[in-house]
Amino acid sequence: MIDTAIRPRLSSMEAAWVIARRDFVAVLFSRAFLFFLLGPLFPVIVGGLAGSIGGEVQRDAVSFEVGVAMNPADTAKMVAAGERLAPQLPFALPVLQPVPEAAKDPAFDARAFMEARRGNYAAILTGSPQSPVLVGTEGQIARWQGPVSLIAGHALAAEPAAFPPVSADLVTTSAADERTTRVQTAQIAQMLLFLLTMLLAGMVLSNLVEEKANKIIEILAAAIPMDAVFMGKLFAMLGVSFVGITVWGLAGFALFGGAGEVITRMTGFDITNLPAPAVGWPLFVVLGVLYFAMAYLLLGALFLTIGSMATSVREVQTLSMPVTMLQLMVFFLAAYTIKQPGSGLEMAAMAFPLSSPFAMLARAAMEPQLWTHALALAWQALAVVGIVKAGSLLFRKRVMKSGGAGRDKRRKGGRLPA
Amino acid sequence: MDMAVSDHMAAGNVGEGFSAVPADGRPLAIEARGLVKSFDGTRAVDGVDISVPEGAIYGILGPNGAGKTTTLRMLLGIIDPDEGVRRVFGHDRPHDIGRLIGYLPEERGLYPSMKCIEAIAFMGALRGLPLKEGRKRAVDLLERHGLGHATDRQIRQLSKGMAQTVQLLGTLVHEPRLVVLDEPFSGLDAINQGKLEMMIRALADDGVTVIFSTHVIHHAERLCEGVAIIAGGKVPYAGSVEAARDRIPAQVRLETRAREGAWLSALPAETRRNGDFFQFPLPESGIEPLLKGLIEGEAGILSLSIERAGLHDAFVAIAGEAAARALQADSEEANA
Repeated sequence: MIDTAIRPRLSSMEAAWVIARRDFVAVLFSRAFLFFLLGPLFPVIVGGLAGSIGGEVQRDAVSFEVGVAMNPADTAKMVAAGERLAPQLPFALPVLQPVPEAAKDPAFDARAFMEARRGNYAAILTGSPQSPVLVGTEGQIARWQGPVSLIAGHALAAEPAAFPPVSADLVTTSAADERTTRVQTAQIAQMLLFLLTMLLAGMVLSNLVEEKANKIIEILAAAIPMDAVFMGKLFAMLGVSFVGITVWGLAGFALFGGAGEVITRMTGFDITNLPAPAVGWPLFVVLGVLYFAMAYLLLGALFLTIGSMATSVREVQTLSMPVTMLQLMVFFLAAYTIKQPGSGLEMAAMAFPLSSPFAMLARAAMEPQLWTHALALAWQALAVVGIVKAGSLLFRKRVMKSGGAGRDKRRKGGRLPA
Repeated sequence: MDMAVSDHMAAGNVGEGFSAVPADGRPLAIEARGLVKSFDGTRAVDGVDISVPEGAIYGILGPNGAGKTTTLRMLLGIIDPDEGVRRVFGHDRPHDIGRLIGYLPEERGLYPSMKCIEAIAFMGALRGLPLKEGRKRAVDLLERHGLGHATDRQIRQLSKGMAQTVQLLGTLVHEPRLVVLDEPFSGLDAINQGKLEMMIRALADDGVTVIFSTHVIHHAERLCEGVAIIAGGKVPYAGSVEAARDRIPAQVRLETRAREGAWLSALPAETRRNGDFFQFPLPESGIEPLLKGLIEGEAGILSLSIERAGLHDAFVAIAGEAAARALQADSEEANA
């Protein structure tokens, strides 16, 4: 009867593998996974639409036009001077527009016109080029006072100023430029890491809720140690996440390959111009994958602990809210410390397990040292094991309290747990 | 059925530590001493002692909420006891010999989208059986239990009884030496209960130790060599079924032609009249002196039978009327 060729127990790794293999296959070949893969499309579409509409609204709402209500000759001089200067100072100068109402009405009152909220001018320029008067709110006057003075000066000049061409001699980088631009890489990497973690870690939670709903958890707990169950689930979901990221990555690559220029034009952001991180792109990508794995495992382990203790989906949602908030807070902490290298706050962000992957990825973008990453990864792995151990302990202590019959009876008559 | 199970009265009658071998020489599959488990300050299990020899069918009998599931979970290492010690095949940590154990929990559970063959193979894999071998055995097991047609069906497509059978087969696929079943008969109709009883007997015939919890006395009485009666988290009796029944004197049922007479004085003081019958416990002195008194007093014996006490009577005597009523209520509820 007894097959002696088989060892009396599975090792923790083997047990975790049995769970991981089942979960990975089950999730990957489920319809839910297809929807999950399509998931990021929705925020992209909504974000794109919102961005486009927002841009339109902003263009309509933010006016760069300054009305000119001088006598016709002065108005023409000012507009011509503005147009001459505009190519030299793009975005710095207002667009000067003659106010039609002023041309028709010699007694035009710019102040009353502005207060009546007529027109769409940032401010109205009256007086003369020798003595220009800017009518507008305090903020608009502060913004346009200097540029208007410059235009007026040019309008008064007898000869138009000559603008000698400036030759360019490019250097690839400078210390100041490097630091400033790498912050951008760090911020984008952190944001990407955060979004992926939040998007994917929720899967662990739903997986465990399903497990509880199917009531199979006790079979697992009886057969193998609970921490092996947790580990198996975590790594299965991590595997699924990598599949998801690979699919999204390939889709993104194909999208940029086909429509990169259009996207760059639409968004005004050229990903190919993103500054190289301090550790170099290849290592940065490797570290990014490792820190994603750690961030995912840390958050997943927390979610798993919560999910295992909850008795219903509603309870899971309620309990997971504080963890999500905590995750947001640690992300903000890590994001805040990017510009404070070497500060106590940055050290705290690197040491606290949940914020550590975010802070360290930013550091990889900013600083070239590698040993800190080895240390951080080891620390984060230790934290994952710690949380999983604590979670399984809690599970054994708090969850397996009663048989179904005992629970029924307690509801009916308040008897002891079975 | 032999009297193999080491009889003992729980808590107090058992010596400290473990006895490696019971009185009949068979090694113990399970041995637990002084198991205590509290939840939220309430003692769910309060000093349970159990000894189950290898190859025995052993029942844990008690009403719902008595502590059966918690006891089984402690024996299997799903939870740890607050106090006391347990050993399964001599091991303190049951997970270390997970390959030798099969467990069917009270709350049945399978992955609904899994095929039967995969579900059984997966449960085997949890116990160390390679998936390929698990699938091979699953096909064989399903065939043997009349579910060959359902091999590639998803669990969600099965009836409740069929799904329960699949789970039981998953519990057995790795050929364990100890099978632990928590309320295995609940939710089954009479036919499937009968089939399950046959499966349990077949396992025992193969030398497998079977321990199951139940609140239905008949299952324990029909199947078990030994029982632990559990009520309120305590085990007032653990030992053989025979010994439990022997704790209650046999009942004598007497019918006489005469209604009155001197022979009445020969009846014991505990005699109850039930219609035309007199009923009383068999006197310690035996039946012969009683018969002599009845004959000499011209009672005119029409019938006399001696009935051995059942496990139910033993349960009442051991666990008390309240526990017996609760057990009866649970049993009726389950049947309903």
